[in-house]
Amino acid sequence: MYDLAVIGGGPAGLAAAYSAYEKGLRNIIVLERDKELGGILNQCIHNGFGLHRFKEELSGPEYAHRYIEMVQDTSVEVKLDTMVIEITPDKKIFIDSPSGYECIEAKSIVLSMGCRERTRGAISIPGTRPSGVFTAGAAQRYLNMEGLMAGKRVVILGSGDIGLIMARRMTLEGAKVLACVEVMPYSGGLTRNIVQCLNDFDIPLYLSHTVTEIRGDKRLEGLTVMEVDENRRPIPGTEMEFDCDTLLLSVGLIPENELTRGAGIEMDPRTNGAYVFENMETSIEGVFACGNVVHVHDLVDFVSAESARAGEAAADYVLNGPVKGDYIRVQNGDAVGYTVPQKIHRDTAADKIDVFFRVRSVFGKSQIVISSGDTEIQVFKRPYMAPGEMEHIVISADKLKGFDTVTVSAKEA
Amino acid sequence: MTELTCICCPMGCRLTVDEDNDYAVTGNTCKRGAVYGRNELMNPTRVLTTTVAIDGAAHGRMPVRTEDAIPKGKLFDAIEELKKVHLTSPVHCGDVVLENLLGTGVNVIASRDL
Repeated sequence: MYDLAVIGGGPAGLAAAYSAYEKGLRNIIVLERDKELGGILNQCIHNGFGLHRFKEELSGPEYAHRYIEMVQDTSVEVKLDTMVIEITPDKKIFIDSPSGYECIEAKSIVLSMGCRERTRGAISIPGTRPSGVFTAGAAQRYLNMEGLMAGKRVVILGSGDIGLIMARRMTLEGAKVLACVEVMPYSGGLTRNIVQCLNDFDIPLYLSHTVTEIRGDKRLEGLTVMEVDENRRPIPGTEMEFDCDTLLLSVGLIPENELTRGAGIEMDPRTNGAYVFENMETSIEGVFACGNVVHVHDLVDFVSAESARAGEAAADYVLNGPVKGDYIRVQNGDAVGYTVPQKIHRDTAADKIDVFFRVRSVFGKSQIVISSGDTEIQVFKRPYMAPGEMEHIVISADKLKGFDTVTVSAKEA
Repeated sequence: MTELTCICCPMGCRLTVDEDNDYAVTGNTCKRGAVYGRNELMNPTRVLTTTVAIDGAAHGRMPVRTEDAIPKGKLFDAIEELKKVHLTSPVHCGDVVLENLLGTGVNVIASRDL
């Protein structure tokens, strides 16, 4: 019987395992389906990681390397090439590995499976089905880990960060990136990536545009891009033709929660992740979740911080028993898409509670308001907010104690 | 006055650079932003990340990066220069794989163990 089983050895799982060890757990196992630790960071060779966590600017593999070394210096057991098939509510974990099918048991579990990309099927682009249509992350893996270029003349649909990063990467490797096309009137990625990945290389960004037809028999030969109206319907007469052999899709990420659902854990339809308390505990006692499997992050530094809390909470659960008492509900109000956490333990939460969310539209000078009914509890000022950039506020627990439900909303100041 | 988005970190601060006032930067929330704003108008630089070939490792490509930023205009030449580098495993994270890239004084380092 393990004290803690961590499902997934990416940045979230590594941080959770490490902090659980630091808090005194010794019998910890990390289950990873790939042949190495590090998760998606291994293919994110660009820099910009670690400014918060390590106070320096690292590439993705370097950031992973730091955590892998930290974990390797502990007694945490790592099982690679291991797929978790099923998790039960009583914390039995069924796995398939080179040593065969087996069941392991753990007193606590951290779910850190990350997320995966939305594909062409998820956005239903009309047209033929030639090769040459990739998710941006698949093309990133081919190029950065296997040395293979997805194509030579590229259009990118969606302005998520991975698509923007790939626009620069493929340009540097000699491809011609013709355009980045975004259906929304604002970018889905960080502004810094628009600047350093598109503007630096004069790649045009078409906001409020989408791909309306894919052409080609065996290989992609071209596609049509059209402007869309405020209801995201293509406007006749705005057709632009692109002669290209590659379409990269950067159209969103979906937390990978098959195991979570299979265990019967309550899911939040807004995040596609589990409902979590401020200590990252799910609806099943002793099962915690952290990182992109809970909600999709922009920065790995915040994944590490959140996951450290999950690991600490798992250690606390094993060493001191379950958290008692009722909770305060946190809900999303005007212009806010979701919140993490969705629940805060009334009596045991730390003094300062980190709350993360995304706004639904672009804001200039604005306010984030924490309220309950007509009572304003706390107000935070922001110079600028956008859906592509996750917001983070720190709420004082003692200000919440008298309420059953609090609402996070945003408004122009 | 020129408005820029700082790319030093994901915060993306909105900077204003005053060319007529010795490139004074406002809108930054850290020292790096002030340096970036000034450099971006006088001598723009970027950290380059790419991969080089490696033999005898679990993967055929080693991720590498410049230890410091290099002039933006040299990015494509730097990529060509790095195509000539061929490593043999084992190489460790932080090892220098190419010294003084294109005479910039900046080294290129390995980004992981392979």
